[in-house]
Amino acid sequence: MGNHVFANYGEVVAMLLFGIGFTNLLLQKNMIKKIIGLNIMDTAVYLFLAEKGYIEGHLAPIVVNGDLNPETYINPIPSGLVLTGIVVSVSVTALMLSLTIRLYRRYHTLDLDEITTRLKKEGR
Amino acid sequence: MEFVLNFPCFSILLAMFAAIISSVLKGRGAKILNTFVVSLVGLMSLAVLIFTVRTGECYVYVMGHFPAPLGNELRFGALEAGMALFFAVIMLLSLNGGRRKIKLEIAENKEHLYYVMVNLLLSSLLALVYTNDLFTAYVFVEINTISACGLIMITEHGRCIEAAMRYMIMSLLGSGLFLIGICILYDLTGHLLMSYIHTSIEAIVEAGTYSVPLLVTIALIVVGLAIKSALFPFHAWLPDAYGYSTVSSAAMLSSLVSKGYIFLLIKLMYRVIGFPIFANSKVIDVLFVFGIAGMIMGSLSAIRENDIRRMISYSSVAQIGYIYMGFGLGTMAGMVASIFHILSHAATKSLLFVSAVGLTDVSGNHKDFEQLTGAAYRNKAAGVAFTVGALSMVGIPAFSGFVSKLLFAQAAMDQHEKMLPALIVLAVSSVLNVIYFMKTVIRIYTPVQTGYPSVRAKENKLFVVTLICFIVLNVLLGMCSQPITEWIVQGLNVFA
Repeated sequence: MGNHVFANYGEVVAMLLFGIGFTNLLLQKNMIKKIIGLNIMDTAVYLFLAEKGYIEGHLAPIVVNGDLNPETYINPIPSGLVLTGIVVSVSVTALMLSLTIRLYRRYHTLDLDEITTRLKKEGR
Repeated sequence: MEFVLNFPCFSILLAMFAAIISSVLKGRGAKILNTFVVSLVGLMSLAVLIFTVRTGECYVYVMGHFPAPLGNELRFGALEAGMALFFAVIMLLSLNGGRRKIKLEIAENKEHLYYVMVNLLLSSLLALVYTNDLFTAYVFVEINTISACGLIMITEHGRCIEAAMRYMIMSLLGSGLFLIGICILYDLTGHLLMSYIHTSIEAIVEAGTYSVPLLVTIALIVVGLAIKSALFPFHAWLPDAYGYSTVSSAAMLSSLVSKGYIFLLIKLMYRVIGFPIFANSKVIDVLFVFGIAGMIMGSLSAIRENDIRRMISYSSVAQIGYIYMGFGLGTMAGMVASIFHILSHAATKSLLFVSAVGLTDVSGNHKDFEQLTGAAYRNKAAGVAFTVGALSMVGIPAFSGFVSKLLFAQAAMDQHEKMLPALIVLAVSSVLNVIYFMKTVIRIYTPVQTGYPSVRAKENKLFVVTLICFIVLNVLLGMCSQPITEWIVQGLNVFA
């Protein structure tokens, strides 16, 4: 068990970060901190993917000298997935931030629970 | 290759390009384009449905020039084509039912943006239905989330923005779990195409290795999609999002968005994990327990609610519980019942939302029951439609809800361990449904003198026609259940 954890420390760190991000997104009251949690969570997934795609001693998957031997390069698919994932997470973060700005302008607070109680009090 | 096999790919691209073009159109142009695109997608799906039902086979459509293990694929049979057709029909009807409200509640310079979101939603739903690639599914899940968020917050009401924020937070938690799940799955199997993953998983299970990671992966993916489709403990965002957004959004969110995720989950169960392996894992019991908990708790919350839109929203929680309970039975019959309930719930819930708005309109826009007293006399069409929806939800024969309850009960009979809880909860939940829906129906048919003006059917023809279409759809699902269940069984047989 200990051996495995040590050998795959990158994946272990990625999972820990995922947990940290997930709990932050779920439990923080402050919306900016929630968004930070979201980004930690997504980045942890990219770390996991990069760690999985990397093969010790192999090169980046760019063909230079006509060398088409797959033994030379690392697995390119996880890198592609990371790129796609980054695009998705950027757009989601932008959307969350714009929602936060909307709410802050209207209620002058970043605390989502306080906004909810205030809305309930208004009764609309 | 038959030309008709291109249609699924065309319909996804068509909806996506319509979304791009709509962003530079005026509100009216965007509306016409959207209506055209949704109808065209419906017609194309109908053609694919007829073709696939006739041949009874499943087709793989290769996107791009890379052959199978590397490239991206669409895969469709009778079930997928039928779902796409159904989604297009419900979307068109919900939009038509809420057309006047869209004009009223959305600022004029933002109206075309609403149709951008609707087109994006359609394209992502179609992609979720047709795709055979896990990572593509993830990307379209996110597009679906973003466009649904846009649909909720478009009215710029404070309550809507708060609901959109809560919806985004829960959805992102769900998609985070889903993403890490498919990453581990990719790590285990080395494939992203669903059929190839399935082959690898079968090999893994046969060899008996990696049983814990596989179980964790299944759990992560299922929990992620369950959060996104608002299974019981994760439903906190739902009543606000459905209750305060504009009516077309509420109808589409409850009947399409959550169903898109559930359809993806069915696909994962059958095509990726493989149904026997999924049914043997403990995850299925968890789904069963949360499903029956949702059936009871959703109905109880609906009884306590004093706002007609929020009451219908809580009833959605209960109906999602039914669907997950069907999955939890772990049999083919349970799955057929769940898929039928997806159709019947989508048809009924959008009908209820649209007709409820007709009722609140003639009650001075109040949504509480006291003001709604006698509303069915002031708007007769909406009253009749709401009654039909309520009867269908309760499970009166001749309407669609009855058939799905019957199918659930039959499916439960075959499953000895889960028979008793399933049947008891089905009965209790039906009684609870009767309490809150019949309470509402009696309330709106109580004659009372109020100052609110009544609406004649002639004044709003589109609304009345939409309601009639909804009622016909509901009765059709209820009366012609035999061919529909046969279609579902045929589709499921070639699904994996």
